[in-house]
Amino acid sequence: MTIAASFEIEYRQYLDTDGNPIGSNLPPIARDLEQLVAIYQLMSFTRVFDSKAIALQRTGKLGTYASSLGHEAAHAAIGSAMRPEDVLAPAYREYAAQFWRGVTPREVLLYWGGDERGNDFAGPRNDFAWSVPIATQCLHAAGSALAFKIRGEKRVAVSVCGDGGSSKADFYAALNSVGALELPMVLVVVNNQWAISVPRSRQSAAKTLAQKGIAGGLHCLQVDGNDLIACRGAMDEALARAREGGGGSVIEMVTYRLHDHTTADDARRYRDDDEVKAAWQREPLGRLRAYLTRLGAWDDEKDGLWQAQCEARVGEEVDAYLNTRSQPVEAMFDYLYAEAPLDIAQQRALAVAREVRHD
Amino acid sequence: MTEAANAAPITLIEGVTQALAWEMAHDDSVVVLGEDVGVNGGVFRATVGLQDTFGPWRVIDTPLCETTIAGLTVGMAVQGMKPVAEAQFEGFIYPMLEHLICHAARMRYRTRGRLSCPLVVRAPWGGGIRAPEHHSEANEALFANVPGLRIVIPSSPARAYGLLLAAIRDPDPVIFFEPKRIYRQYKELVPDDGEALPLDVCFVLRDGSDVTLVSWGATVKETLEAADALEAEGISAEVIDVATIKPLDFDTIHESVTRTGRCVIVHEAPKNVGVGAEIAARLAEQAMYDLVAPVERVTGYDTHMPLFRLEMKYMPGVQRIVEAAKRTLAVS
Repeated sequence: MTIAASFEIEYRQYLDTDGNPIGSNLPPIARDLEQLVAIYQLMSFTRVFDSKAIALQRTGKLGTYASSLGHEAAHAAIGSAMRPEDVLAPAYREYAAQFWRGVTPREVLLYWGGDERGNDFAGPRNDFAWSVPIATQCLHAAGSALAFKIRGEKRVAVSVCGDGGSSKADFYAALNSVGALELPMVLVVVNNQWAISVPRSRQSAAKTLAQKGIAGGLHCLQVDGNDLIACRGAMDEALARAREGGGGSVIEMVTYRLHDHTTADDARRYRDDDEVKAAWQREPLGRLRAYLTRLGAWDDEKDGLWQAQCEARVGEEVDAYLNTRSQPVEAMFDYLYAEAPLDIAQQRALAVAREVRHD
Repeated sequence: MTEAANAAPITLIEGVTQALAWEMAHDDSVVVLGEDVGVNGGVFRATVGLQDTFGPWRVIDTPLCETTIAGLTVGMAVQGMKPVAEAQFEGFIYPMLEHLICHAARMRYRTRGRLSCPLVVRAPWGGGIRAPEHHSEANEALFANVPGLRIVIPSSPARAYGLLLAAIRDPDPVIFFEPKRIYRQYKELVPDDGEALPLDVCFVLRDGSDVTLVSWGATVKETLEAADALEAEGISAEVIDVATIKPLDFDTIHESVTRTGRCVIVHEAPKNVGVGAEIAARLAEQAMYDLVAPVERVTGYDTHMPLFRLEMKYMPGVQRIVEAAKRTLAVS
């Protein structure tokens, strides 16, 4: 038998579910306690924010919201590993990555609260806004990487999609073009086991989602997506390689969606409570806290103080969101084109004239 | 402009090539990408010679995937490039739609101006060249319903040159359909001076006083021939090339119909909910009392573009246009 090609997919995990280090070959981030504390704070802040956002939706103060509960390690690793000049093309729940890069909680709330201004990030001006059409963002990141390559810039584009997204033509198209055009890009599949009600097993018969990148000639790796150190180590490696012209990567971060798909979903209809309970035993936040506590970098007192700060900061952001008045009616015509064509200008004037103002 | 003065007359497709070359030479952010656009110079030769001049990273042969081309184009445009993508035929443009509709068309809008998509998608468009299946569609109406896009269809070498320059320079996404049946129909002198033509306006190709004939793309040829035939019978027809399908310059059409009182709209796309329906509706809304006869539409039939043995029977011919014009003149 002649083997034309063969492959292996490496799996990495450095922290067990109790936060104990596994093995001795930990990546550099494992020793950078100062940064790890900052990342833990980000993850924990994101969880406080997430819980508040769900509560706002339940009380009619926010539209449909996509929770990030359980994904914090994957998202924090992505955001914290990137440089400011890199570009992120997210799906729609990667808040921890975006907060690190300068997106504000009030912008997240504005978007899900029905206001386009939520996409006008004050922070990362070149990052893409949320992409609700599944996996299309993978190609936008590839196009960004192509722009960087043409201009000779040492920047990397990163896109994030889910296990469901990895079934889509755009995902395959992206990994194929990243390989064929040798683009500086990292494509992260945050595999949370569920695409709304459809389980991972129905998405693909492939043993790993990472191996899909093999078909495009990319570097592929699967990591424990609840292990911040594994996620961050993989990102550091892939970003550095892409930046130096060494090729693109697919990283599958295996995690679990602990909440419903969105607030419009009820996961009890299609998955067992036992599965969710078991997944809570593997969740990422407590694992990193245990690791940092064991090394003396964190403790219960610090945690209590930080939680209070998170509550206060989230409270301020929620107040700012709730106090943001709606855009005027003409906003639906503004920014449609750089300069409004005659038709649009006429319809805008009509809409303004029809508006009964109460201010 | 010595070089322009000495230039030889060129065809419509050479007008496309000339515009691409001019803009690439004067703006480093302009890149061309698509299938076979590089070494091969495009299946219709629209990008011939460009890769030799500008190199493989300004004229990029992509993998064979229209989704890829569209997605890369959106990404590049957002990050400050001005990509000009080629869809090899308009019948292969459908995998691009999600990127064009859900992203390109709404990028500026949904980010309140933070991001934008200054891209052009060029596609050979329409029937009449005895091509295989899926190579002969007139699908501009699909795009005309999408907010945020511009749709341009030139019908002469000079307008191909000037409108493509304008499309590339436009800060918003433009779909640029090239009527392949008249790619090489005739030549005219087109100075290579970088002068763009205005987008969003119709071009009055022939003045007339009895009836207004409105068309775009390849059927502008038959419409002008119909005007000649009508003139031989003493009927004065005004001919308008819409050129930019969206946004529609209705004022130019309206002004003409105010004088003629009669309008025949000619397009090769299907009749039902075609762009002609929009023009007719606006005439009904705004020019009802100027009209002395019902608006006529001479269009493709509401069936598929047939394979090529029948394709010329599908498309509006000179005789159908003349007959429609005469029907409007029978009313007084």
